[in-house]
Amino acid sequence: MATAAFETPKLKSYPVIPLVQVGAMSHLKPFVAGAPLQKALGFPEQLVEDWQAKAIAKMGELLGKYRSLQVYMDACVHCGACSDKCHYFLGTGDPKNMPVARQDLMRKIYRRYFTFAGKYFPKLVGAVDLTREVLDEWYSYFNQCSECRRCSVFCPYGIDTAEVTMAAREIMDSIGLGQKYSNEIIGKVHRIGNNLGIPGPALENTLEGLEEDTKDETGIDVKFPLDVKGAEVMLITPSADFFSEPHVESLIGYAKVFHAAGISWTLSSHASEAGNFGMFIGNYEQMRKISMRVREAALELGVKRIVVGECGHAWRVAYSFWNTLIGPFDFLDPRYPVPQHICEFTDDLIQRGAIRFDKDANDGRIITFHDSCNVARASRMGDLPGGQFVIPRRIITSVANHFHDMASHTIREDTFCCGGGGGLLTDDLLELRVKGAMPRMEALKDVVDEHGVNFMATICAICKAQFTKVLPYYGFDMSMVGGVHQLVSKAIRLGDK
Amino acid sequence: MSMLTLSYALLLYVATGVLVVGLSLKLRSYIKTPAPLKIPTTPAPTTVAGVGWRMAREAVLFESLFKSSKWTWLFGWAFHVALLLVVLRHLRYFQEPVWLPVVLVQPLGTIAGIAMVAALGALWARRWLVDRVRYISTPSDHLMLALLLAIGLSGLGMRFVVHTDIVAVKGFILGLLRFDWQALPADPLLLAHLALVVLLMIIFPISKLLHAPGMFFSPTRNQADNAREVRHISAWAAALDKRP
Repeated sequence: MATAAFETPKLKSYPVIPLVQVGAMSHLKPFVAGAPLQKALGFPEQLVEDWQAKAIAKMGELLGKYRSLQVYMDACVHCGACSDKCHYFLGTGDPKNMPVARQDLMRKIYRRYFTFAGKYFPKLVGAVDLTREVLDEWYSYFNQCSECRRCSVFCPYGIDTAEVTMAAREIMDSIGLGQKYSNEIIGKVHRIGNNLGIPGPALENTLEGLEEDTKDETGIDVKFPLDVKGAEVMLITPSADFFSEPHVESLIGYAKVFHAAGISWTLSSHASEAGNFGMFIGNYEQMRKISMRVREAALELGVKRIVVGECGHAWRVAYSFWNTLIGPFDFLDPRYPVPQHICEFTDDLIQRGAIRFDKDANDGRIITFHDSCNVARASRMGDLPGGQFVIPRRIITSVANHFHDMASHTIREDTFCCGGGGGLLTDDLLELRVKGAMPRMEALKDVVDEHGVNFMATICAICKAQFTKVLPYYGFDMSMVGGVHQLVSKAIRLGDK
Repeated sequence: MSMLTLSYALLLYVATGVLVVGLSLKLRSYIKTPAPLKIPTTPAPTTVAGVGWRMAREAVLFESLFKSSKWTWLFGWAFHVALLLVVLRHLRYFQEPVWLPVVLVQPLGTIAGIAMVAALGALWARRWLVDRVRYISTPSDHLMLALLLAIGLSGLGMRFVVHTDIVAVKGFILGLLRFDWQALPADPLLLAHLALVVLLMIIFPISKLLHAPGMFFSPTRNQADNAREVRHISAWAAALDKRP
């Protein structure tokens, strides 16, 4: 069962590549999506009769639709450059969590059914038939990849395991073997508008409550507008920002920034979610359908700009995919990037001197920054490559006095995933989440020991939820993690504007 | 003409045909398959020129591999550079008169031959010594190294131990190019060397050797990071926009 006992890895003072432990994580798999969840997304309700033929046909279809998949199936030379790069391998030692071996789970099927060598000399090239055993392995190990793309940084051909994982999940969904956590959430977005399933009136209530809390805290009427037509900015943020700790602290931060800058803004009840789990399951149509709510809401409310809150994969979808999925954005103000990240928005105001801070307010905190994987390796902020690393750090050092980066091989494009991304933030995968967080925890422990760091800022709803859960396993306080705009919120000057 | 010459001439024609046709079909499939989404691994260049520079660094310096593992980079890069020099050295068998650069590279080509074999040995040792690499190695991974090593060793053998009549070899190869067939010397080492090269050419389009053309088609490397500025859309994705 999911909550079976497991051992939390010991943190070492320097990184050690584990020895291969065959089968160390073969017992772990997430709950399978039941019939109603599958049906809601238009997937078969259970494993179909002729699943093998259907899966091969689907694989053929995807090979024809995605150049990435076709090239990545062919190009790998088994050099091993990626073999020590995945946080799940480093945390578990299971060789099938090495990116190359995870890809090979699909590659051996690709070779068997789609290549000359695999059809006629299967043993030679490691090709095998798609059996039930293989399918079970797929379900287990393609649900142990967080699609964080760290392997793709180091591969000499840029092979991205995330592309392979997405294709595998798409194939499994198409034969009726869906993952409960992701598919349930996607269903909620379609039905209600956000991942948490918060209906409009509840959202309105929550926002009113936040206005009261912020008034109590600051004495100032900071608004949290919902569905305001004609607002300048529509903010799309992960729904966790409305209800979860520490996420909500960042939402308060965004509201204060808008207030201090005097820019009218609104949230949307129709598009009350930045997250897009359609990406996690590799389904273009689902991803597009979820994104479409944003376009509809922007048109309905007549806003001029779209700003996206702190969320990693959401920012990837927004930054890299929205223009493709739901563009063109010719109805928005062309003077601003579409979409714009809240950090770009705030940083711009800081650079222009439009908002000011009392940095001392954050003096109780010694801060480090966790680069979220999808922001770091699949998107950008600002005009220059790498702006996604510069801008959040520039905000932090503008609002606080004490900042220390973690070890260089664990930040920027080399950053480690929190361990909970890619549709794995579910308790049935807790063992994987705890073990996969090990490399990040090791780097964190370094700066805690050396600089007394007591706060790890990040800009992703999943990172925040994941760390809140796993930090205690490693002896850290769960409140050590929070958003960049949580720090902004604490230091921003509201009154004298 | 002897049976031997005839069969080797035929083999080399067939191998060349398989290589060219096989590779063309693969390239066509790579070109025809769309990349529907912008997926460059960031930070990435924002311009096409920048992408060209990134790809050049990958192809010439193996930049990502260097970042990943210094030992693998050292052996892998050394092997590929040595192979390039060895191939350049061999161009003299295909030209008359011989280009000056090919003349100049001759002494370097010999050293490269030795370096190539040494690097292949080191790459093979990794497959046994590093437990992670041992785990992922298939029989074909080992055989590929064995094949390349055997080609290198048989070549070095002719250079240093049992010489063959290279003037006649050149006559044979030029004859192939000009469809004016000349006799091939019947030295066992030479015949083995050529047979192994034929095998390499034939398996190129159906094996992991496809990494060579593949890397240029890898969307994570060859896409510019300009998703917000330019709307990127493939034909099948655009069709979804037209649905009611």
